[in-house]
Amino acid sequence: MYDAVAPNLEQDVTQSSTKITARNCQVYYGDTHAIKDVSVDIADKTVTAFIGPSGCGKSTFLRCLNRMNDTIDICRVEGDILLDNEDIYDAKVDPVQLRAKVGMVFQKPNPFPKSIYDNVAYGPKIHGLARTKAELDEIVETALKRAALWGEVKDRLLAPGTGLSGGQQQRLCIARAIATSPEVLLMDEPCSALDPIATAQVEELIDELRRDYSVVIVTHSMQQAARVSQKTAFFHLGNLVEFGDTSQIFTKPSDPRTESYITGRIG
Amino acid sequence: MNDITATNAPEAARKGHGSLLVQDARTKARNAAETRFRRLGLVAVSVGMLALVGLLGSILSNGLSSFKQTYIEVEVFLDPAKLDKTGTGDLAQIAKVSTFGYAPLIQAAMLTAAQEAGVDTSALKPKALGAMVSKEAPATLRNYVLKNPDKIGETVAFSLLANGRIDGYFKGRVTMDSAALDRNVSPEQLVIADELKAAGVLDTKFNWAFFTAPDASDTRPEAAGLGVAILGSIYMMLIVLCLSLPLGVAASIYLEEFAPKNRFTDLIEVNISNLAAVPSIVFGILGLAIFINLVGLPQSAPIVGGLVLTLMTLPTIIIATRAALKSVPPSIRDAALGVGASKMQSIFHHVLPLAMPGILTGAIIGLAQALGETAPLLLIGMVAFVREYPAGPPDGFFDPAAALPVQVYNWTQRGDPAFVERASGAIIVLLVFLILMNIAAILLRRKFERRW
Repeated sequence: MYDAVAPNLEQDVTQSSTKITARNCQVYYGDTHAIKDVSVDIADKTVTAFIGPSGCGKSTFLRCLNRMNDTIDICRVEGDILLDNEDIYDAKVDPVQLRAKVGMVFQKPNPFPKSIYDNVAYGPKIHGLARTKAELDEIVETALKRAALWGEVKDRLLAPGTGLSGGQQQRLCIARAIATSPEVLLMDEPCSALDPIATAQVEELIDELRRDYSVVIVTHSMQQAARVSQKTAFFHLGNLVEFGDTSQIFTKPSDPRTESYITGRIG
Repeated sequence: MNDITATNAPEAARKGHGSLLVQDARTKARNAAETRFRRLGLVAVSVGMLALVGLLGSILSNGLSSFKQTYIEVEVFLDPAKLDKTGTGDLAQIAKVSTFGYAPLIQAAMLTAAQEAGVDTSALKPKALGAMVSKEAPATLRNYVLKNPDKIGETVAFSLLANGRIDGYFKGRVTMDSAALDRNVSPEQLVIADELKAAGVLDTKFNWAFFTAPDASDTRPEAAGLGVAILGSIYMMLIVLCLSLPLGVAASIYLEEFAPKNRFTDLIEVNISNLAAVPSIVFGILGLAIFINLVGLPQSAPIVGGLVLTLMTLPTIIIATRAALKSVPPSIRDAALGVGASKMQSIFHHVLPLAMPGILTGAIIGLAQALGETAPLLLIGMVAFVREYPAGPPDGFFDPAAALPVQVYNWTQRGDPAFVERASGAIIVLLVFLILMNIAAILLRRKFERRW
């Protein structure tokens, strides 16, 4: 069943519509110009990878996409970022509503110090997605299944989420993010704190999630970008150096900086 | 040049390191310094422990005896000829008989009790025999009669307080030698007290009245109790808890999470830290000026004491709460915001529960500090002599009351040595309350922390 669907997915990539459009985006931390004039189109139902050396601004840019930078007082964002052609930095936009639409998974697994069930149910609860306990149960079960965690935790849903292993915790965080049925899923180096086996599981999951969501992943690992993404953006010193199909970026990059990074000469 | 340094360097390094089996001078010096430091630490801890043991020992040895009290078991004939002269049973007429009218009844009862026990009381005048009973006893009798006027003409068994000196004799505070020099007690009385004790008329019992009775005047230390002081302290703690915890937590959450970072906020922060170091008597003057003189609240009332102590506790609670909020990892806030929680939801659903142990500890430490605070209460008149119990809350908040630490202070000012024992006993009660509060803090902490 899955095998039959997969080829279609690959086709979808080329046809899919644009989900997020960023135009001339600038980010300042106080006096530091962290993101310089970045314009990028992020397609729906696609995994887009942001790669680049440390401090190049890829995480900063990712956090602009759901306005997590709002929590940093000295951070200032200029330019346009459109989600479905709506400016997310419009004065009328409530970041809380935006974040329900654009979910986020962080670098370090950060489950709430509550039960596994409560971790996943929290988002749906505060957004009023379930009217009855049964509906909530179903949402939790679906989210955990989609995060490939259901089999491991179904017997101990009331156990604390912080008691899981690192990889399980990260998948729990993914389940928590998808439980609110977002349209875009942002992942900030989701595997950097995980061992290779857990990484493989999460990567598999990302590939799976692509069917329903637009996934944006920041990663240090070029191999990971090559494995999971269809589009890749290379950032360097706050600039978006190159953006294109992953296969092209990794085989024949057009910018010499990209080539140096990929071949390991910089970064 | 280069070659020389290159060849010399390893040899020089080798020269410095001798055999591993022999300690070189530097290592010896470092080890000695460490040993010295450890000894110093041990000495410091021992001095602290010794001071604590000395303090507790002195308080316990002085104060434990206040939990025992000598009573005299007598059967008093409530003589109608003396108590109800009109014979009508009219309560207004009975009330006209003052406590002086009851003293002869007690003398007579003592005489009968001594005779029945086979104790020879010829060495004492009847008045001196009656003086072995506390001056509080006629009042006890009178209250009983006014409450049960129908008992007049009957013989009722009473457990009356013994005089403070007689009580002190059985506690070792009064000796035959000291009694010979004392105008309040004579050696003959003590001899008879010994005989009465052997006969079972005198009895030493647990002193429940110490916890329930109000304060008493200078001449009757045996009747003095902590009842009003305990009630006043409880009232004040209720007020402090109800005001300072919500105010303090709300202020800290606002300052820590919502307040814009600007000069004004910085100013407030510095001032809160400074307030924590303000001498408590200053708060007392503030309370006197504002709550009593300006607002016109009654003096000596728990409401004023509670308000002053609230002002005093707020900085402590705010500082502790802010520290607790700061210690919650930012990843939890990110996680909550990431799933679309509003700032308030992220704080109340996730940050606050995690900060709870710290907040509660801070609050209870603040409360304990307030419970033991004396100076500001002196200024707002809580050192007054209060014999009337305050009413139940909330009306009682406005009635005069005492407070535990102030009662201690008050008793140490009295002349009769029996009050020294009472003061130490009150300190023990205060310490027990503090220990209970600390245990509560530990239990609450553990309960909130153990969840995960």
